Amino acid sequence: MNVPTMADMMAKGKQPEVLFWVGAAGSYDDRAKKISRAFVKILHQAGVDFAVLGTEESSTGDAAKRAGNEFLFQMQAMMNVEILNGYEVKKIVTCDPHSFNTFKNEYPSLGGKYEVFHHTQFIQNLISEGRLKLDKTTFKGKRVTFHDPCYLGRANDVYESPRDLIKRLGVNLTEMKRNKATALCCGAGGAQMFKDAEKGDKEINILRTEDALETKPNIIATGCPYCKTMMTDGIKFKQKETQVIVKDIAELIAEANHL
Amino acid sequence: MQYFPNLIFALALITGFGFFGLNIRKLYRNINFGKDVDRKDRKSERLKNMMMIALGQSKMVKRPLSGFLHIIVYVGFVIINIEVLEIIIDGLFGTHRVFLGVLSTELYGFLIGTFEVLAALVFIAVVLFWLRRNVSNIKRFLSKEMNGWPKKDGNNILYFEMVLMTLFLVMNATDVPFQQAGIGNPISQFFVPFFNSFSEASIHLIERSAWWVHILGILVFLNYLFYSKHLHILLAFPNTYFANLNPKGQFNNLESVTAEVKLMMDPDADPYAVPTEEEYASVPDKFGASDVGDLNWVQLLNAYTCTECGRCTSSCPANLTGKELSPRKIMMDTRDRLEEVGKNIDANNGTFVDDGKQLLNDYITPEELWACTSCNACVEECPVNIDPLSIIMDMRRYLVMEESAAPQELNMMMTNIENNGAPWQYNQQDRLNWVNE
Repeated sequence: MNVPTMADMMAKGKQPEVLFWVGAAGSYDDRAKKISRAFVKILHQAGVDFAVLGTEESSTGDAAKRAGNEFLFQMQAMMNVEILNGYEVKKIVTCDPHSFNTFKNEYPSLGGKYEVFHHTQFIQNLISEGRLKLDKTTFKGKRVTFHDPCYLGRANDVYESPRDLIKRLGVNLTEMKRNKATALCCGAGGAQMFKDAEKGDKEINILRTEDALETKPNIIATGCPYCKTMMTDGIKFKQKETQVIVKDIAELIAEANHL
Repeated sequence: MQYFPNLIFALALITGFGFFGLNIRKLYRNINFGKDVDRKDRKSERLKNMMMIALGQSKMVKRPLSGFLHIIVYVGFVIINIEVLEIIIDGLFGTHRVFLGVLSTELYGFLIGTFEVLAALVFIAVVLFWLRRNVSNIKRFLSKEMNGWPKKDGNNILYFEMVLMTLFLVMNATDVPFQQAGIGNPISQFFVPFFNSFSEASIHLIERSAWWVHILGILVFLNYLFYSKHLHILLAFPNTYFANLNPKGQFNNLESVTAEVKLMMDPDADPYAVPTEEEYASVPDKFGASDVGDLNWVQLLNAYTCTECGRCTSSCPANLTGKELSPRKIMMDTRDRLEEVGKNIDANNGTFVDDGKQLLNDYITPEELWACTSCNACVEECPVNIDPLSIIMDMRRYLVMEESAAPQELNMMMTNIENNGAPWQYNQQDRLNWVNE
């Protein structure tokens, strides 16, 4: 798979149209790496001229900020801004709503002003520009429910881009009782991903998985690597992994288009 | 002696409004105990929010049943208060139904008739509210932070409204000339038979008593607000006006931190620089919040505005799964502590004297703060745009940056970010390995 880095591009004197920010999960987490690869395949099919930072990419600092460590966040942000501005990056696309949110909302006042896209928005644009077509036949008739990531939905009011893509797959999109603005968190946000939950009577991802299972889905679609992990674990806990699959929208599209 | 009732009335009015005014000044002072935050921008957006959300109740109706009942009580409250204007004029000048002489009989009848219908509807809505709070098992009214005063407060407000509405109707029912005129009495006419057996003098006495208790009740209720969650009827307006307008996912970047980080990253900074005398003398900014004085005034206004409806808590993923965190409790604790600080200031001639307590630990525990997923469900739910999440985040910042008191796993996550640029312990040189797997 050809994934050029900004350094390669610069050496050739080229400027890609967009930077793909992979994020820590997309780089290191086995389940999230699949999302990164699927998205790259989509970018290739649409003929998008993109690059990644590769080893020059570092944590956005989002998790540190939500954990309360503003110092670490701002240090990470300023280091990243220096690199991004050095490469004269104008457009960023990412599969991680947390990176999307912090780039879009929290980096500008620290000197990092970019046009930022969540991958579902970016793919939607590719389709409307006629650069990409989705195969409606692969998943035809499957029941799909979409779990809204908090940092895409409530945090930034992006509810329709992921749903539009799902509908284009020719599937039957069914909503959970808590959806869009009232969607329930998967339990990973606010740095919870990296710690055990406080004492309670249930794990949040189990409650959310129950919401999803009520719609009797074949597929639970997500748009966030952390949500994917939480929902996958929830399905395993419910011993439904033979009936229900959890996949990011990028993976579904790559599969639909036989990439 | 002829003017004795007018005098008493004027005195009651002055006392009622005067005491209320004093308390409002205290409220204003307490809210300003918070740090400054600029909310003077984007005035038209703010006005629009206030019109839609506070005046128009647009977020209330997201839960249709309670939203609908609330609109009845709200509209009834606002419109019936026009009648209070007449009562005040009558009371001060010894007139009786002064508007009847000013307006046409039809219009007056229409107005009072409308008030009567609204009063009846408000009464019914309030009874249903009482049943919801005390009989139906609605989880958000049974949370443990509602035990004691908050539950009593909620019921007191409902009793007040029941009594005031009843008095208004009784006052009209026992006003013999008003009933004889037969205008504007669509509801009170049905109460008239109750009083048929009474003598004329007793009926007049009942009418006068109802009139007096009604207006005095309103003055007492006005002053009850300051001690109650019911302040929202006033503060919902400024609260929605001054609410955050940025995307909910955008958390503020602490400027005090930016200054230090820039200095750290400045290659020209002199590592051996001796602080100037001024720098030595100045107290460094505290990072985050451990007490109400570290929060900003909008967060404190939020606390006074909260009417403890619990929609936030009923949508909080942590609370739904049995964790200690309840966003409503965060707001209630903030107000309780702020009131304690306010009393401290009152007792010490206008300055706050350290009482060895703070919002953190004495009211809100780290366990509650660390259970938050920052999902913004509470912020989304609040019918008057209160932001419990911002308080949780400011307190986490204090725990981490001032006390280094993050849970161990989060410390590991942060160490990893510092050392290898990822929350997990992976080598940064392996960042691109996913391509070839």
